[in-house]
Amino acid sequence: MIGLRYRFAEQRGMLLALAIFILMFTLYVANHPAGFTPNVVQTAANKGVLLALVAMAQTFVVLTAGIDLSVGMIFILANCLASYLLVGTPVSVALGVSGVLLTGLACGAVNGLLVIYGRLQPIVITIATGAVFFGIALWIRPYPGSADGFSSDLADALTGKVFGVFPASLLFLIVLVLVVWVPFRRSVVGRAVYAVGSSEPAAYMSGVPVKRAKFTAYVLSGLFAAMGGLFMTFFTYSGEASLANGNTYTLSSIAAVVLGGVSLFGGRGSAIGAIFGALAFRAIGDLLFVFDFDPLWQPLFQGVVLLLAVSLGAARLFQVRNRLDLFT
Amino acid sequence: MTTEKLDTVKAPRPNWTSRIDLPVATAFGCIILLLLIGSLYSPNFLSPEYLLQQLKVGAFLGVIATGMMLVILLGQIDLSVPWAVTLGAMMASAATAYGPMGEVLAIPFGVLCGVLMGLVNGIGVAYLRIPSMIVTLAVNVVAQGLMVAYTGGFAPVDSASPAMRYLAAGTLMGIPNAVIVWAVTGILAVFLLGRTTFGRAIYGIGNKEAAAYLSGVPTQRVVMIAFALCGGLAAFGGVLLAGYAGKAAQSMGDAYLLPAIAAVVLGGTSILGGRGNYLGTIAGVILITLLQSILSVMQIAEFGRQIIYGGVIIVMLLLYGREKSGR
Repeated sequence: MIGLRYRFAEQRGMLLALAIFILMFTLYVANHPAGFTPNVVQTAANKGVLLALVAMAQTFVVLTAGIDLSVGMIFILANCLASYLLVGTPVSVALGVSGVLLTGLACGAVNGLLVIYGRLQPIVITIATGAVFFGIALWIRPYPGSADGFSSDLADALTGKVFGVFPASLLFLIVLVLVVWVPFRRSVVGRAVYAVGSSEPAAYMSGVPVKRAKFTAYVLSGLFAAMGGLFMTFFTYSGEASLANGNTYTLSSIAAVVLGGVSLFGGRGSAIGAIFGALAFRAIGDLLFVFDFDPLWQPLFQGVVLLLAVSLGAARLFQVRNRLDLFT
Repeated sequence: MTTEKLDTVKAPRPNWTSRIDLPVATAFGCIILLLLIGSLYSPNFLSPEYLLQQLKVGAFLGVIATGMMLVILLGQIDLSVPWAVTLGAMMASAATAYGPMGEVLAIPFGVLCGVLMGLVNGIGVAYLRIPSMIVTLAVNVVAQGLMVAYTGGFAPVDSASPAMRYLAAGTLMGIPNAVIVWAVTGILAVFLLGRTTFGRAIYGIGNKEAAAYLSGVPTQRVVMIAFALCGGLAAFGGVLLAGYAGKAAQSMGDAYLLPAIAAVVLGGTSILGGRGNYLGTIAGVILITLLQSILSVMQIAEFGRQIIYGGVIIVMLLLYGREKSGR
């Protein structure tokens, strides 16, 4: 019984995000002129997966009680790079994909090394590395576009439907969770990430590999952000070094992570929660389109819903037994 | 007996080297280095006109960074600065359109809107205990939504009032008014931080909020007021910017969030709160303004500017922003 309550408490944030998502998505589909068809689901899934990947990237770092403000820029860099590398035969496309992912890994590694060995605050240093990453993206892709002979086969396969009903991008996300997140969560390094996020000194005193945990978190963050950028290229067939897009994805990833019940203080939450947070955030944004509202009101609506959602975090005030608990 | 003995022991006089801390000195050193590099490129870099022009451009960032510094000293962060800046600019311009009375009240009204926005942030952080990064992010989106709905998605047609133009673009005895405005803001900030209970409470809360609370500081009120001040100063920066450009524009504040944080941090203020002085923030603002100016004068392409800009911040932080090793 106690075990069950513990499990519920652990997953509460994720379940809340799931509930918000189901509510919003039901409203969305119920009012969509086309109804609940594979095409509607496919479009929604593709947009949601994009943000979900970046939100997962953010989760790894947030779990260590850090924050990565460069995920949006790694995303943009991967997007621009992919618009050059995804050309020609399947073999060269495969090489291109691995090149993009390796770039993401490298960006994450730079962040990790600066945080661990530079002993700098992640929030500041990732702003600076983000500027560098964006500069590189602008260098390789000064104008939006794509390389000649852009190969759209892989892109179509991963953004289409499996057996004509299930969105392939969603399937990809599920596979990613099963292949990366679940083993990570159960591995020594994964536990170390949670330990470091809960209390770094305590983790260090207990012999937890603190540096390895942090480094893994940042590297995985870079990898997932690059995957997001790769998917962006799959949808648009082109790359664009847009500062506004990069910032939007960084900020949306934080919003999604928070909606998904991952604590910004570190050590609590899961990537699965972040995924539902991202899907819920996207569903909220899309809701206005089906309600025939003036699109001008969309940002305000999204902001108010976001504000209300994060205010739910204030519920813990009711559990405070001692005023000093407020300040922890 | 012992008290007499203690009295005779003189406290070591603080000599001038111990009063200047390393980050501020390094930042000023980097400013001189930047000017020297610039003067190799063109002797105009050392002319008083160029330097005054840089101070004028930096004044807008300086006013905004002052507010950001108050919040960072608390150990919090304000991500709602972009739309606080735009809100101030748009609301002040909008008030100007309402006849002579509106023209008089344009500046106070713009600042008031920013204060209200900061107040929402402050209530969320201080009383609802939501992490500042999230509250300010959400408030930023709400402000953006309000402004988009208000302007209809187009650039607003209202233009800045004469007073706003005078404050931002006029000169007094050869000194740009914007620089004077920044100087006055800075003097007030130094007084506030160093000479008032409120300022000392900010440092106390930044070090350990629970300790400040147990010492009788009304921590929640102080945090709320600090956020309101930050919003007000950001909006005031927006009012000045609108006066400088003649009118408000959508997303005019986006370019000020990261430089404001970077200026405060490069000036030696700890992002964890509780440590830092205003002299450092001045140095940080000048440093960032000069860096941006030199990169654009040298006609380096935008991508190169971004890379060098980020690289310089990383190197400077590695020079003196490092935390003590915990082991």
